[in-house]
Amino acid sequence: MNSPMDLPNKIWIYIDHFQAQALPASWEVLGAAKFLANTMKSSLTALVFGTHVDELAQQVIAYGADEVLLADDPALADYRPEPYATLFSRLARDAAPVVILFPTTTRGRELAAMSAIDLKTGVLPDANSFEVQGDQVIIIRPVYAGKIFSRLVCKTKPQIITVGRRAFTPPDYDPSRSGVLRQVDAGILESDIQTKVVRLVPAEGSASLVDAAVIVSGGRGISNNPSLTPPPGLDEKGAEIWRAQQGFQMLAGLAQVLGGAVGASRAAVDGGYISYPHQVGQTGKVVAPNLYIACGISGAIQHQAGMRNSKMIVAINKDPEAPIFKLARFGVAGDVFQVVPALTEAFQKKLGK
Amino acid sequence: MKIIVCVKQVPDSAARVTVEDGQVTWHDAPLVINPWDEYAVEAALMQKETCEGDVVALSIGSESAKEALKHALAMGCSEAILVSDPALNAFDNQITAHVLAAAIQKVGEVDLVVMGRQAIDDDLGTTAAQVARLLGWPSLTLISLIPSIDPSARKIQVERATEEGRQVVESPLPAVLSVVKDIGEPRYPSFMGIRKAQRAPIPTWSLTDLGLTVEEPVVTWMESLNPPQRQLVNEMISGSSPQEIAEQLVEKILAEGAL
Repeated sequence: MNSPMDLPNKIWIYIDHFQAQALPASWEVLGAAKFLANTMKSSLTALVFGTHVDELAQQVIAYGADEVLLADDPALADYRPEPYATLFSRLARDAAPVVILFPTTTRGRELAAMSAIDLKTGVLPDANSFEVQGDQVIIIRPVYAGKIFSRLVCKTKPQIITVGRRAFTPPDYDPSRSGVLRQVDAGILESDIQTKVVRLVPAEGSASLVDAAVIVSGGRGISNNPSLTPPPGLDEKGAEIWRAQQGFQMLAGLAQVLGGAVGASRAAVDGGYISYPHQVGQTGKVVAPNLYIACGISGAIQHQAGMRNSKMIVAINKDPEAPIFKLARFGVAGDVFQVVPALTEAFQKKLGK
Repeated sequence: MKIIVCVKQVPDSAARVTVEDGQVTWHDAPLVINPWDEYAVEAALMQKETCEGDVVALSIGSESAKEALKHALAMGCSEAILVSDPALNAFDNQITAHVLAAAIQKVGEVDLVVMGRQAIDDDLGTTAAQVARLLGWPSLTLISLIPSIDPSARKIQVERATEEGRQVVESPLPAVLSVVKDIGEPRYPSFMGIRKAQRAPIPTWSLTDLGLTVEEPVVTWMESLNPPQRQLVNEMISGSSPQEIAEQLVEKILAEGAL
């Protein structure tokens, strides 16, 4: 068989990483790109920008790229959208790929949007599936937080698409794969960049909600465990928050056994029980894990919009009439403070942890 | 200091949205200001209160979008402008960005543009970055905090919510910001604010006013689809003790391969 590099090079992907560690979404994009490359008979070029990214470039080849364009330059050490977009657009203008895929990450979405302006084309974010017609890629993406979907196509080239989270499986990692590594000149001067990254305040370490295969979520019902006595000196609101925090610790215990992340309803976030990055729903994160365990969540339509596409939903709620049960494969009409610890223990036993 | 806040009118977040005969409908749900944009208005008003100045609310839409602008006025914005044109019936994110950028330039001498992170109808989340790119201003997206702003030194410091944590960024002004919920709970419109907003004139600008010509959208919305019908069987689990319920639940979850 001929080398993949003999095929026309129509498909580009952007690898998002932080300090040379790829975000899982980047590998999912390679999965999506592989599908397109096979269908469109194209080789696959990946772009990696940053510093000390040689090893990352090798990983990208092991995950299925045929060629990596590598820009290693001190001016690219901190991600800033302007120089990254300028470099990306310059390379894309020269090579004229037909399709460019970005991961749907904070950086990926922004770069895709800005490159589309530079390249005078459209951008299609959050694509969950592709349909190929010749050189055109028709995508389906959720709108209204997944209450409905839209089928879209971009008439101009390149077609810039960001790949929805957990919509594609990463290809197998094969360290014996070979590919072409090409260094490119960044051509960016630090003095030309307007912004400066001062520092990073790291996030509290826990699995990211949008990447998690399992999410254990809590709502208002997590704040009223009658068997707990708050420490003295707290006012009513303080006691409520204290109770809720104990509740979320209980959920974190279950999430830990399942290797998952902790989510929350808007009511829980607005109540001050847990920080906003945990919020699932229309004004929080839209998630689609394999298993979503909703604890003490009644299931407002805004919350449903953020989690209804989970593969399996389990609901535990005192109120048997709660709307969340309509979405649930399995439901327990019972006390979360009794069922969740029992569930944690049962999973622990079964999974041998 | 002159701040522009971009707002969009969308169906209420509680709306049941479905596709009927190929058309998207939100049934009898009201149209409201995009919830994320209320945070943008709040962020803009907070900056105005720190540095003195004006906040101009800007929207693209039909006549009805004036209601979203009135909400922004009632919260405390000093002026509102609507861009409305029959040619904007067909649009995509690129057209939106071009129109907003042109309107921002027409307002003139703008120091800061603030937007919500995305609209809850199309969920694109690309507008702030695209408008910034067109204006050639720094794009500061997903901002959770503005620790300092200095209009005379033309500098701003922001904290950006990324996957890895909060990235602290220094940038010159003017700049385009998009904000997330951490920026601060939006204030309620005051009674006086509501009365003032009802009487405020809202000028309408057409594409010609902005010096723009009608462009064909490059992105085509081919079809709207309801979510695939799921063959879901609801099964309630009960038992004599929490332990018994938990054990049944674990068996069933594992049997269906959810882990």
